[in-house]
Amino acid sequence: MKTQQKIKKTSGAQAVIECLLNENVDTLFGYPGGAIMPIYDALYDFKDNINHILVRHEQGATHAAQGYARIAGKTGVCLATSGPGATNLITGIADAQIDSTPIVCITGQVASHLLGTDAFQETDVVGISTPVTKWNTQVTKAKDIPEAIAKAFYIAQSGRPGPVLVDITKDAQFEQFDFEYKPCKSIRSYVPSPKTDYKQIEKAADLINQAKKPYVLFGQGVLLANAQNEFKSFIEKGDIPSAWTIMGLSALPTNHPLNVGMLGMHGNYAPNLLTNECDVLIAVGMRFDDRVTGDLSRYAKQAKVIHLEIDPAEIDKNVKTDVAIIGDCKKTLPLLTQLINKKSRHQWLHQFKTLEKIELEQTHQSTHHKGNELSMKEVIEAVSNQSKGEAILVTDVGQHQMIAQRVYQFKNWRSNVTSGGLGTMGFALPAAFGAKMASPNREVIAVIGDGGFQMTIQELGTIFQSKTTIKILLLNNEFLGMVRQWQELFFDKRYSFTNMVNPDFQTIAKGYSIESEKVIERDQLTAAIDKFLNHKGSYLLEVKVKKEENVFPMVPTGASVSEIRLN
Amino acid sequence: MMRKQYTISIFTENQIGLLNRVSIIFTRRHINIESITASESEEDGIHRYTIVISEKEELVKKVVLQLEKQVDIVKAFYHKNEQVVFQEIALYKLPGDVFRNLHVEKIIRHHHARILAVEEEFIVLEKTGYKEETQELFEELKSFGLLEFVRSGRVAISKPMTKFNAYLKEVERASIQ
Repeated sequence: MKTQQKIKKTSGAQAVIECLLNENVDTLFGYPGGAIMPIYDALYDFKDNINHILVRHEQGATHAAQGYARIAGKTGVCLATSGPGATNLITGIADAQIDSTPIVCITGQVASHLLGTDAFQETDVVGISTPVTKWNTQVTKAKDIPEAIAKAFYIAQSGRPGPVLVDITKDAQFEQFDFEYKPCKSIRSYVPSPKTDYKQIEKAADLINQAKKPYVLFGQGVLLANAQNEFKSFIEKGDIPSAWTIMGLSALPTNHPLNVGMLGMHGNYAPNLLTNECDVLIAVGMRFDDRVTGDLSRYAKQAKVIHLEIDPAEIDKNVKTDVAIIGDCKKTLPLLTQLINKKSRHQWLHQFKTLEKIELEQTHQSTHHKGNELSMKEVIEAVSNQSKGEAILVTDVGQHQMIAQRVYQFKNWRSNVTSGGLGTMGFALPAAFGAKMASPNREVIAVIGDGGFQMTIQELGTIFQSKTTIKILLLNNEFLGMVRQWQELFFDKRYSFTNMVNPDFQTIAKGYSIESEKVIERDQLTAAIDKFLNHKGSYLLEVKVKKEENVFPMVPTGASVSEIRLN
Repeated sequence: MMRKQYTISIFTENQIGLLNRVSIIFTRRHINIESITASESEEDGIHRYTIVISEKEELVKKVVLQLEKQVDIVKAFYHKNEQVVFQEIALYKLPGDVFRNLHVEKIIRHHHARILAVEEEFIVLEKTGYKEETQELFEELKSFGLLEFVRSGRVAISKPMTKFNAYLKEVERASIQ
């Protein structure tokens, strides 16, 4: 169907749908309710053009939109009603804000004459969402809808992406007007991608060329900029070891010789230790989160810091920068690559390899094949091998997440979806669903713990109703494992409300006609994973894992990255 | 680094809810806003907030970057007190018969205060100046039956000669991808 840019006399509600079509939206995640009924009514006529997914809770809609956005590389869209519908979106919006994910949320609102009167299902959603949105607005007149939605999409996906919310009163949805759509191309007060100062690139190149031990840290900026090739050329020319934040994971294949592993609290040994030994630290599209840096006063003090970043507010926010290269790294990386010398740095790389060996030896003993119980690590390793590192991996939050991030051998870029900055339990199931919508031909594996699974378990209904194929790997230790680990290490093993009495997950899956298997013994594992991966349709593989497994390496809170513990 | 008083000037589009977005940036970091004023600026459609805080410069810088990051904010600046010309206005309500005391006339002359309104029951004085000056007048009038006192937030104009219009054009140019 051709999208229409002009329509004489139409309702605000239909205008919303026309706007979405103009923005090439093909998938919506939402939940109807009183204040958004006119928009849902208009949607009824567009069932062939827009695939609306009925989630089971609005939080699921936002996470699904996030999963969709991360995999598709385009804006995810949610619909919800006023009041509780809108407030249920907030967790997902906050997650999208801290992880820079472009989503547009459209909420219905009570009629404009009722605003501020505590009307039924009225909440000040613009007020509530202000601190967690990149931009938000309320529309009370149909004629303002096209501009608001055009701006919403432009703002969500340009520059450093983020969530945007457009709240539309019910009377504006009913109101008739002459519709005209003009996509937003710029906003005079908003500079999505600031101009790059070429002098800074020269300065950075000088530092890198003189460096003996340059070291790259990369984050999601590389993925958001579609700059995986530019990034690879850069590190390969300079032969620079590169470590990732969990948001940057899969921007570089795991087995790339220059990929030295994961940064931060549960990252690898070498990348953390050598942060305090490198002489030039090059941060690309990452923001020095406290989970990455540990104690800032003892973080990379010996190094000159170069920061490639699109958001000027990130420069010097946490780590003092010597050279700041502001701009889109898709453009700045090639400029920098041109100016750096081709080098090979065997010795420096060898230092990483040596420490990697130490990590393997020491952590292997504690996590592997010890006793009869399965460890999370060996399960993820097996899934990684048997899926050949080709799946989209969607992880929830906690121990399984840290292990999965470190262990899965990603072959393809943009294959990792996780809740990084906010650490939202319950993220994985709906996000996996969104990821599958964005890439129906790829295998999507959701790795979830027994705690997080039960936070959004109702989305099994969404999977069931839409007949989507999601592979759910449930690592069940009958604990809120990460909190339990901290209780063990830092709170004298006082396991305060972290053990879980769980339902029979297979019975629950059966209720949604999702096939399942439960693995307890090691010798069942390979065959079970095979079945899990080859099954047509969604599948739940529950693996009973060791109850009190700890995730190591670990940089305890407040410690320096140099103080990383291996056991 | 020492905490110092800074004046932050924010130039914004006239968008409902923006004040909330601005104040959250301060409250999140527990920064106390000492005064805040908002008005139109010399540019059509551009509003100007003037906010006074006392913090370390390093933090002020970060806050200004966070402010500028907001979609509807065109530009934000921070200045030390010596880099701006600033004023505050204070109003004082006194009983109608206050002039029976000859001392009051002297005080008003000394402070160059203006009489804005004279009614049967009360008079209203106005004084503009630095906070210390309006405060001093307040202290002196206290003993003469002062009925009400109110002081505005700071308004400030920076000394550097670049016009805001030049920044606006620069941002507008950069906003086009």
